[in-house]
Amino acid sequence: MTSIPPFPPGGGTTVTRGGALPDVTYDVTVVGAGVVGCAIARELAARPGLRVALVDASNDVGDGTSKANTAILHTGFDAVPGSLEARLVREGSRLLAAYAAGSGIPVEPVGALLVAWDQEQLDALPALLAKAERNGYDAARIIGPEEVRTREPHLGPGALGALDVPGESVICPWTTVLAYATQAVRAGVDLHLNCRVNTVDPSDDDLHVLGTERGALRTRWLVNAAGLHADTVDRLLGHHDFTVTPRRGQLIVYDKLARDLVRHILLPVPTALGKGVLVAPTVYGNVLLGPTAEDLDDKSATGSTAEGIATLREKGRRILPELLDEEVTAVYAGLRAATEHDDYRIRADPGRRALTVGGIRSTGLTASLAIAAYAAELLDDAGADLPAAGALPPVRMPNLGEAFPRPYQRADLIAADPAYGTVVCHCERVTRGEIRDALSATVPPGSLEGLRRRTRARGGRCQGFHCGADVRELFERGAELRD
Amino acid sequence: MRRERIVDVLVVGAGPAGLAAAAVLASLGAGEIEVLDREPRAGGMPRHCHHGGFGPLGLEGPGFAERWVRAAERSGAVLRTGVTVTNWAGPLTLDTTSPRGLERITARAVVLATGARERPRAARLVPGARPAGVLTTGEFLRAVHVHRQRVGTRAVVVGAESVSFAALDALRLAGVDVAALVTEHPRHQTSPVRALDARLRRGVPLLTGATVTELLGRGRVSGVRLAHRDGRTAHVPCDTVVFTGDFVPEHELARRGGLLLDPGTRGPAIDGAFRTARRGVFAVGNLLHAVEPARAVAREGAAAGTAVRRYLADGDWPSASVPLRVAAPLVWVAPNLVTPDEPLPYGGRFALRTAEFVGRAPLVITQDGRTLHHARLPRPPVPNRPFHIGGEWAARVRADGGPVRVDLFEGAPG
Repeated sequence: MTSIPPFPPGGGTTVTRGGALPDVTYDVTVVGAGVVGCAIARELAARPGLRVALVDASNDVGDGTSKANTAILHTGFDAVPGSLEARLVREGSRLLAAYAAGSGIPVEPVGALLVAWDQEQLDALPALLAKAERNGYDAARIIGPEEVRTREPHLGPGALGALDVPGESVICPWTTVLAYATQAVRAGVDLHLNCRVNTVDPSDDDLHVLGTERGALRTRWLVNAAGLHADTVDRLLGHHDFTVTPRRGQLIVYDKLARDLVRHILLPVPTALGKGVLVAPTVYGNVLLGPTAEDLDDKSATGSTAEGIATLREKGRRILPELLDEEVTAVYAGLRAATEHDDYRIRADPGRRALTVGGIRSTGLTASLAIAAYAAELLDDAGADLPAAGALPPVRMPNLGEAFPRPYQRADLIAADPAYGTVVCHCERVTRGEIRDALSATVPPGSLEGLRRRTRARGGRCQGFHCGADVRELFERGAELRD
Repeated sequence: MRRERIVDVLVVGAGPAGLAAAAVLASLGAGEIEVLDREPRAGGMPRHCHHGGFGPLGLEGPGFAERWVRAAERSGAVLRTGVTVTNWAGPLTLDTTSPRGLERITARAVVLATGARERPRAARLVPGARPAGVLTTGEFLRAVHVHRQRVGTRAVVVGAESVSFAALDALRLAGVDVAALVTEHPRHQTSPVRALDARLRRGVPLLTGATVTELLGRGRVSGVRLAHRDGRTAHVPCDTVVFTGDFVPEHELARRGGLLLDPGTRGPAIDGAFRTARRGVFAVGNLLHAVEPARAVAREGAAAGTAVRRYLADGDWPSASVPLRVAAPLVWVAPNLVTPDEPLPYGGRFALRTAEFVGRAPLVITQDGRTLHHARLPRPPVPNRPFHIGGEWAARVRADGGPVRVDLFEGAPG
């Protein structure tokens, strides 16, 4: 059996999704259980004796911006040199690569090509190369059209050259968030879901009382990592530092049978007209096309549109014409937390015993571990007086990546437990054993969608035609399956 | 640690086509015949179709599936369920996963009978939110018939072909009201009796010339937005949306094996004897032409069994074949390879499909500008339903010629 053992013995592994909150006073409460909030909670969990809560409005971790991004582990080669973002992405990239290797988060170092399709884009490459070097990234180089063609044989006609960035990787964003949350909860962090923070009452000099959907929560320090809603939470604290304008990115996920068409992350060359649309492999073996960039007012507008899909198909046809003949597995939209500022907005307010981690855009996944370390540093400087960091017991996550053996391919696992040989979701080859493990994990899924992000079940080309009813049955019988 | 085994014929898929092929092969004494299915039970898609139309006296899908399972077992074929074929390990060797472990099975002949499925909402590029409550007929039928799950209270059914009306009946039995059937076509594509019954006796409106332009709802679907061809739009509240029809072959294994696919059907390209482009590999059933009725598919399976038996006996494989190509409004033809030395397909006919209503149009078959066949269709073809033509003309195909073109010249719809 390889199901995750209970940990720590006697410790509180607390994940709540309903009912009253515990009657305790937390030292630090992190609002927002996205990739940044979970990373911060994990960082704080390493401080022995610190009582930490992680709260989120949703029924699961990573259910906002973090679940719907382009899933790239960036080098930070194209950040604004000297910015906080550039520094944290550079540091975070190294930290996350090492963390992923140790915890089983799938990463594939496929490298990126910024393909120039016209003279303006070609002319922009030397400046991008220089920018990469100023960011401390010196492995990039400019390659000619022949080499581009050799390395990407299915590319559409007309590529004039490319900037080769070998250090860019694709990563599983879902496992990353879950690994952070799992480690944090096992180390004693209380994770409260379905727990939107509506008010912050600084009634006492040393205490915030958060009014949540599930009652009052007392905390000495507050970390605002609320992503799209970071400006709202900030206003509850009396700050008017920035406004989050949701920027919608629609993406199309193509079937696994398209995976052989593309070898690198094909990034657009950023020009005056914006950052553009990329084509990238995913660690699950699909191909991603997107995102669009639409500034909106509505922080809940995560729907796709006919125009968005048409735009993506038009751009994708130029980059990789054969991609358009492949079946589409999914269409989704994510909202990036764009602000009026060019950089991350990470600010401590010692007077209000608060720290805001705002304006974390698409680089947030890559930078998450560095953001967390920086946040702990700022909290400490602001007077939170954090205990010295210890080492957290390592975590080992189930593998969702196609580049590594999955349970259905492992004779040893199946021999020990035949449930790993029972394929439930045929498109994604997810076994009953994996679904059972996810349902009994430290941070179990709160919905079928959460189960999909932990196992990929129901996430394949048939979208449930074959397995949808079976997977729902297993999810609903969750408690029995644990035996 | 993979167990390695050898059998005479390995059939992938225990639906009507695979079972019929296996039953015929085993009864002809073709040796050790093994049928694999990834589902816990054999029988294929009809297991979930609790409605008539599968045989005389109103035989329903589960009964039909059971008959073929018994026929295959009685013939001596070995049926193994819960076994997933994961990939090819050689030209006639497949890797499998099951609770018993990993296997590598080599056969003298492989028959792919992996069937078809409906395209889900995402593949149809329907925009909007991603709420729960949006399913295909396949998922819906399993939810209600296998798991007795509650589905919803008010549904919109997208599609108006036979499977859409089957979904309508199943929804009614599950206690779900149906707000409307929606089709982009100007008319339904099922029998007039069935459509009339739905509209008059059940009171379910059929909205024609209409497409779903947006799915609405957070958490659970709350409705759909529709656009009519003339520009009118509508909002229909519902808590369930069933996307029906739009079948595509389950061709993953065929593609992973590098088999030549037909651009129209998206299934393996095959000749009249179900032979693919790879020696020893056959393909049959709805993998070839999503989707034909189960009875037709079982007949095909039986014919394929005979063809495989002959191959096992004489080892012949065509050295050359000529592809058939269609143009709009036709979407595919199957078989889609003609082997000039044995041109007539088993069953003697070709299946075709159109994308729209085209009336009793003239059908013209040519090779390099030379007319092989010219005829007016006896009945107007209906989109989403196959129609058939005889195969006598195939004898006139030249082995050294170019692709054979099949054209349907649009007449007045009628």
